[in-house]
Amino acid sequence: MKTQVPVSHIAQLANIPITKDEELKLEAAFEETLAVVEKLQSVNVSGVEPTFQVTGLENVTREDIIDEQRMFTQEQALANARAQHDGFFVVPQVISQD
Amino acid sequence: MLNTLTLAQVLAKLKNKEISQQELLADLEKSSVQNEKLNVFLTMNEHMAKDSSALAESKLMGVPLAIKDNFCTSGIRTTASSTVLNTFIPQYDSTVTKRLKAAGGVIQGKTNMDAWAHGSSTETSQYGRTLNPRNPDHLPGGSSGGSAAAVAADMAIAAIGSETAGSIRQPSAWCGTVGLKPTYGRVSRYGVIAMASSTDSPGPITKTVEDAAILFNHIAGHDPYDGTSSTSPVEDYTAALGQPIKGLKIGVVYMDIPGLADVKSLFEPQLKVFEELGAHVEYAQAMDPNHSIGVYTVVQRAEVSSNLGRFTGVRYGDDRSHFGDEAKRRIMLGTYTLSKGYSDKYYLMAQKVRTLFLQDFTELFKKYDVLISLTSPGFAKKIGASEGSAMFGELEDMLVEPSSITGLPGINVPCYHDPKTNLSLGMNIMAPMWHESLMIKVADAFEKHTQWNPWRNAEKQ
Amino acid sequence: MTAYELVCGMEVHAELKTNTKMFCGCKNDPFHAPQPNIYTCPVCLGMPGGLPVANNKAIEWTIKLGLALNCKINLFSHFDRKNYFYPDLAKGYQISQYDQPFCYDGKLETEMGTVRIRRIHLEEDTAKLQHKTINGEKVSLIDFNRSSVPLIEIVTEPDLITPEHAKAYGKALRQILRFLDIADCDMEQGGMRLEANVSIRPIGEKDLPNYKVELKNINSFRFLEKAVAFEVKRQAVVLEEGQTPVQETRGWDDDKGETYSQRVKEDAEDYRYFPDPDLPPLRFTEEQINAWCAELPELPAALKARWASEYSIDPKYAEVLSEDKDSAEWADQIFRKAADQQLNPNAIANAIVNKKVAASVGDSAEKVIAAFTELNKTESMDEGELSKIVAEVVTENVDAVAQYKAGKVQVLGFFMGQVQRKLGKKVDVQLVKAALEKVLNS
Repeated sequence: MKTQVPVSHIAQLANIPITKDEELKLEAAFEETLAVVEKLQSVNVSGVEPTFQVTGLENVTREDIIDEQRMFTQEQALANARAQHDGFFVVPQVISQD
Repeated sequence: MLNTLTLAQVLAKLKNKEISQQELLADLEKSSVQNEKLNVFLTMNEHMAKDSSALAESKLMGVPLAIKDNFCTSGIRTTASSTVLNTFIPQYDSTVTKRLKAAGGVIQGKTNMDAWAHGSSTETSQYGRTLNPRNPDHLPGGSSGGSAAAVAADMAIAAIGSETAGSIRQPSAWCGTVGLKPTYGRVSRYGVIAMASSTDSPGPITKTVEDAAILFNHIAGHDPYDGTSSTSPVEDYTAALGQPIKGLKIGVVYMDIPGLADVKSLFEPQLKVFEELGAHVEYAQAMDPNHSIGVYTVVQRAEVSSNLGRFTGVRYGDDRSHFGDEAKRRIMLGTYTLSKGYSDKYYLMAQKVRTLFLQDFTELFKKYDVLISLTSPGFAKKIGASEGSAMFGELEDMLVEPSSITGLPGINVPCYHDPKTNLSLGMNIMAPMWHESLMIKVADAFEKHTQWNPWRNAEKQ
Repeated sequence: MTAYELVCGMEVHAELKTNTKMFCGCKNDPFHAPQPNIYTCPVCLGMPGGLPVANNKAIEWTIKLGLALNCKINLFSHFDRKNYFYPDLAKGYQISQYDQPFCYDGKLETEMGTVRIRRIHLEEDTAKLQHKTINGEKVSLIDFNRSSVPLIEIVTEPDLITPEHAKAYGKALRQILRFLDIADCDMEQGGMRLEANVSIRPIGEKDLPNYKVELKNINSFRFLEKAVAFEVKRQAVVLEEGQTPVQETRGWDDDKGETYSQRVKEDAEDYRYFPDPDLPPLRFTEEQINAWCAELPELPAALKARWASEYSIDPKYAEVLSEDKDSAEWADQIFRKAADQQLNPNAIANAIVNKKVAASVGDSAEKVIAAFTELNKTESMDEGELSKIVAEVVTENVDAVAQYKAGKVQVLGFFMGQVQRKLGKKVDVQLVKAALEKVLNS
């Protein structure tokens, strides 16, 4: 069963730039992967709850206390920035969303 | 050559001043010429000698450790084997490397891996593949291929890797080393570049079970920076070494999976050792691991697609056009399975089947203390084997995926060696959650009573 | 032209004033940071390997707000990832809540009508973007001091029936947030952000309209009221033409006095929500919720009702004095002391609000009451002197006397003023009144 994945739409959602060539290759790859995944549909899961976390942990929170140790200096924060200006990170302007 | 010693041996000899750190470092330096060919290390710690000398009095005595390149190491380039992070130098340490350093360990260098840990071959690294030191026409496995190869080649005394679904155990099997995957939540994920958040487990890759237990002691335990790390108390895992396994109930699983014909006959005789040691060995029926492939594929890709959203080249690294093919495939498939109209069919469904696996293991562990299987359905594959298949990793890791997706601990020990190819088979020993001591006990017993571990046998001489 | 009515719901975001951010221990103080990017860490900067751990104070405060707004509390709840790309979103996803928010099904009463609260959830704020041109290039500057600050989101049902109602709701909500002391709600800084979903339908129709226009980036209640009012008119024109207003996001241009299109929404976004695997779920007990409920301070509605019944405080004065918790507590103390001394609390309220006395929040009750009594102090009066002045005034104003006798009783006020003027000092008005009436009625 061929599952049509809207590759270019997904690439947009995923913010991944792809060429037309890549689009075709990806379509084939998806087909292969989804064929494997489709087998899951044959499993009987009636009455089964999903497990999002295997630890069974609950209520893991932290106190509202400042962690000086882990805070970066401005220099550390910007250490790997591609572009910076006066202590800010810089990006080319995106068409305003909001 | 001191680089061929185990970690336990090195620590003992350093302690009673039989050898010096400088001597050890010198021999490791000599062995590093292999890197040209094997491509094990991507980055070396330039300050290794300096760091090491200061730590003579500590527990790990300044011994260098090879660290998989998805662990953030402060001041040392960290790439996850992707060119997206070619220039990334973290200003912080992962909890694992922080603890190792606090115990007196030293970062030797960062090892090659499948880019972003997406794979079981180390062929998807954007810095070239790593070769299997036992037989360089073959792959080391992955994604912790560099770490396993470093240990196998005696280029490192011991190493740290991580497993999302087989990435510690499978390369250990292919390279002939020990690989310990802890219970999910036993070792902190903080500072490890996230792959599948709900299964990622950092762990040691070493020459012997004893070495694994030593390192495990230092990295296990609760971390307030990791909300999924357990507060349950940490044992002394070295206390499980040399313990008798008489009366233990062992269940052997996955032996009826098609495709194991070649190796089944080599593996099964190895189980006799356990009976000779007084354990009860029985074949057991487990839930079909084929289904774990589907679960893992969906869950991992979904979580990956979200976890890799932070790599935009603004605050660090380079932009998203640098992602390799495998990464692009996984991110997009993950995006698709989470997208509107599909997330119930895929993501939710996968999480439900995961529950079934959890239930299945719970039932099995009512009857058995540990479960044993082959780690990999075959020997290390040849170079190039991973190319051309979008599902290579998942199929290779089928036998270990059930324990990965359910968070169970597992350890790989070498259990057969082919003298013609010089390649090994690995045995996967699994225990219930939080019972690493049990599997360490069994693994150690196997290692001590068989001849498959080259370092242990070297010791015997 | 058909007569239309407003169908409006609001989404309000408020930054919580916790010490630290939502998922890390970085200082939460984006508005007063002396430099950009000084309150960051691997977690809120979205560095590789960063992991979130939830701030339990932020959770407690969210639930308390829910309780204050009569919400039901989800005893089992969790955080979800909302995935999208934007330069101010460090991780490429925002940790928020999707299908199990902490609070739901509540209500806020206003004089103009009940507003049902659909849900209240907790999430993290984004970084701050500034658009600039540097070296001829259009760029955005990003400051992550604000990244991951706890943000509470309150969503109503479309129960707002007039622009004034929307404003009243916003103000009442802000008052409660301040009373709980969980948010400063400084609207200019963005500490509180208003969004309104506006549509209209013919009066009397019960179904919800098949479209809605989102008003965003409105940073004052005045603008909110104007923008909603404008939209009602604008949408009516479109509907009269037989069209449906475009489903889009609009902002308010105060200079032009109109809304303008910012972004057209074709479909709802695909955020690919899924439970955040890094954050274990939350489970609360009834006991815990009850304990938090017991810790709630007296809320504005209850306080104002008590002031009305105990002290007869005029609602106008009550509104001003209860604008924030400090002011309310201060005024409450003054009223209690005033009542103890048989003084009229409402008169004091009047004096404070109309600035007849110099009083600021924090001044001791004694000081304020003393100032008030000083204001209304009357001097002693010799009875004889009063009678003399009263007689003088009556004699000098024959016409007024005639008017009074003819039934115009209000003329008495004129006489009172005349007497006071002649006296040149403040005298107990009751005495003056009695004296005048005695003479005038004879």
